[in-house]
Amino acid sequence: MFTQTADQDLLEATTADYLRVTWTPARIRELSRLDSPFDPALWRRGVDLGWTALLVPADSGGGSVSGNGLADLLAVAYQFGRHAAPGPLIGTNVVAAALARWGTKEQHGGPLAELLDGAATAAWGYAPRTGPRSGNGLRAVSSDDGVALTGTVPLVETGTASGYLLLAAADAQGLRSHYLVPRDAPGVRTSPLRGIDLTRRYQSVTLQDATVSAAARVGEPGSADDHDELLLDLTAVLQAAEIVGTMERAFTTTLQWTHDRYSFGRPLGSYQEIKHRMADLRTQLEASAAVTAKAARHVGEGSPDARLWASTAKAYAGQVGPELIQDCVQLHGGIGVTFEHDLHIYLRRATVNAQLFGTPAAFTDRLVSLTETALGGGK
Amino acid sequence: MIDVDEFATRARGWLAENLPPADPTRDTFFLHAATHPTDEEVLARAATCRELQRRLFDGGFAGICVPPEYGGQGLTPAHQAAFNREIRGYDYPAEIQASTFIPCMAVLLEFGTEEQKLRHIPRMLRGEEIWVQLLSEPGGGSDAAGAVTTATRDGENWVLNGSKVWTTSGWWGDWALCLARTNWDVEKHRGLTVFSVPMSAPGLEIRQVELVNGSKDFCQEFLTDVVVPDTDRIGDVDAGWGVMTRWLYHERTISGGSPYVTGGGNRPNAGPYDIGSLIEAARAFGTLDDSRTRALLGEAQTNVLVLRALVEAVTRKMAGGALPYHAAAMTRLFGGTSNARRAAIATELYGEAGVVWSPDEETAAQVGLGYLTRQAACIGGGTTEMARNVISERLLGMPREQRADTVAFRDVPRGPQAGGSGA
Ligand SMILES: Cc1cc2nc3c(=O)[nH]c(=O)nc-3n(C[C@H](O)[C@H](O)[C@H](O)COP(=O)(O)OP(=O)(O)OC[C@H]3O[C@@H](n4cnc5c(N)ncnc54)[C@H](O)[C@@H]3O)c2cc1C
Repeated sequence: MFTQTADQDLLEATTADYLRVTWTPARIRELSRLDSPFDPALWRRGVDLGWTALLVPADSGGGSVSGNGLADLLAVAYQFGRHAAPGPLIGTNVVAAALARWGTKEQHGGPLAELLDGAATAAWGYAPRTGPRSGNGLRAVSSDDGVALTGTVPLVETGTASGYLLLAAADAQGLRSHYLVPRDAPGVRTSPLRGIDLTRRYQSVTLQDATVSAAARVGEPGSADDHDELLLDLTAVLQAAEIVGTMERAFTTTLQWTHDRYSFGRPLGSYQEIKHRMADLRTQLEASAAVTAKAARHVGEGSPDARLWASTAKAYAGQVGPELIQDCVQLHGGIGVTFEHDLHIYLRRATVNAQLFGTPAAFTDRLVSLTETALGGGK
Repeated sequence: MIDVDEFATRARGWLAENLPPADPTRDTFFLHAATHPTDEEVLARAATCRELQRRLFDGGFAGICVPPEYGGQGLTPAHQAAFNREIRGYDYPAEIQASTFIPCMAVLLEFGTEEQKLRHIPRMLRGEEIWVQLLSEPGGGSDAAGAVTTATRDGENWVLNGSKVWTTSGWWGDWALCLARTNWDVEKHRGLTVFSVPMSAPGLEIRQVELVNGSKDFCQEFLTDVVVPDTDRIGDVDAGWGVMTRWLYHERTISGGSPYVTGGGNRPNAGPYDIGSLIEAARAFGTLDDSRTRALLGEAQTNVLVLRALVEAVTRKMAGGALPYHAAAMTRLFGGTSNARRAAIATELYGEAGVVWSPDEETAAQVGLGYLTRQAACIGGGTTEMARNVISERLLGMPREQRADTVAFRDVPRGPQAGGSGA
């Protein structure tokens, strides 16, 4: 769906093969009954295919296959969506990108290397400014021992036990900076959350004087506000790509069903009402893929329009993706709302991606503000 | 006959004395419960429903529109409507209204023999018989007349073979209405017969099916040589389609307008979708004053109020003959699509909290899981697509779809999911 070069094709094909055999829908249903479905060994084998290297330049130990790492990663995220695969793909890549851009040499040698070889995963502890999960923000207090972080992060994705969190905290002057915090640092407490995705798990994090060295800061003091926006662009594009994967899977399954299923002596697909529905859905799928690919190109190249396209991709795919899958459920009838059918696996993944890190409505709002600014009238 | 106001006054007093208040924080309706009720919990609630139904019966409020000879009150739809207004806020046997009273009791009233009515209806009204619907089959539910479950005559009995599916409450129901094919050599509508079948009948095997929200109240049944006496046949042999059209009509009235349903449809309250609950959630999130939030809340509540008005108007017009009974498909369509939209609105309002929640956030869990199962509102009881077909072809008289099933049923093309050979 997204690939344009032979190298990207290869990356996508190896990823798809691995995901297909490793995480069948039946396996995902089984994993959903476990407290901790994350498997470090299986993650590492995936990482060997290049999953976490693409947003990191070659001189920092990574490498893209086409020159635009985000465009490459799109193919992987798309396949993650198509298989509703477990593992913190988006968070790990986003934190890797942050470390690659703004991290110190030491951070490159240590944590980033761990993300690149699959020994650790990472999560970005983003909290929207408003809404149900706004959190109360973290405070950072510097001392001779380093920086003590206190506060709560409403939600991060789980992964390897000793992975990393990228968290923004404000100092006494109100300057927000990012810090890389080991999940198992003293003073970090996590408690499990529940949710609709079957294999992606989340936890809330409470920090009470969690002390990290001053060298744990990522980027200049006060850079977190700006950096958050770029991380949000990356996250939005990758979420959109996963959503497109879930849409494709649900759509293809449903198209086949309209051939196989009979009603009143006719295949469902012979009814014009059903044909038109499928035509609408196919168009939405193509549109979602198109806007996501364009966003990846712009964000990957750092073009001036990058933020606008990233916002549009998440706003659009986030809105139509879950709705498209709901329509697929509808066209399946009763079997579509059963646990033993596969459709809900994709509906869950699409919906989580649509709602986390800002809802489609929040990105629509962002798009309007950006457009206003571009037109010279905005804030 | 007692006048409606007087009846309402009597009901008000009786309800205050005899029914417990509804617990709005606890959504016991099995399909929507977020906490994956165990089988024991479901059975306990079913027992409560039976017991509450018995209280209604003893108080003289069960079967308000059912003739007295079958245990009812012999009053009018206006009395039932008044009672339904009074019962708001009380716990009542919401979960057994569908399917026991509609469509099953309604169908028995119209098509049952005197013996059948005397045998079953008082027991239904006393909460002693819970009825379910053996209608949909693995090969298809929309095309109910395409049933391949077969009943073969054997002296004074019938022998049933086949499979039924999506039976709500099938595993704890007592009796069922069952549609079966009795003739494969005629056009499909002319070879069907309806039977009443005890769910404990030998040869009737029941499997619970898990829904995406963890509920296991849906069932699939496998019928292997299930023997049904001819006295349990409902309506004439091969005349089942006439029964079916009324069966489907009564089923569609779950959105409102049935004289046989106590309370407001099949749920005691709207759970997380109740407007008060949505406003409270938005306030807690700090988003209540956002214009977007207000537009969403307004849309949700507009849908609720318009549905109420639509049901009242359509019911009135059907009763007065201004609209044919096919008009009930409009309330079904509006009810289904507006419920689905409501689930989307709640999900948007809850934002991140509607997809990831802490273990003590029961309402958020209901919103998240409710979104995953939301299409059930547009599928169960006949799909919204079928409602659109009824509205366009029956109500509006638009040309019918080309039919591929007018030949002998044996020769009608069927998909791979449909078993049954008609051997
Ligand atoms: C909550 C719930 C409770 C239920 N309870 C019961 C119960 O107690 N007893 C029981 O017997 N069944 C029950 N059902 C089953 C329900 O009646 C069927 O699921 C429904 O009638 C659809 O049948 P199906 O699932 O076989 O889908 P199908 O009939 O295969 O339809 C699949 C899709 O195709 C569409 N379609 C079919 N034909 C046409 C057409 N001609 N034109 C346009 N679109 C068409 C349908 O609308 C649907 O979207 C329940 C279902 C749900 C969700």
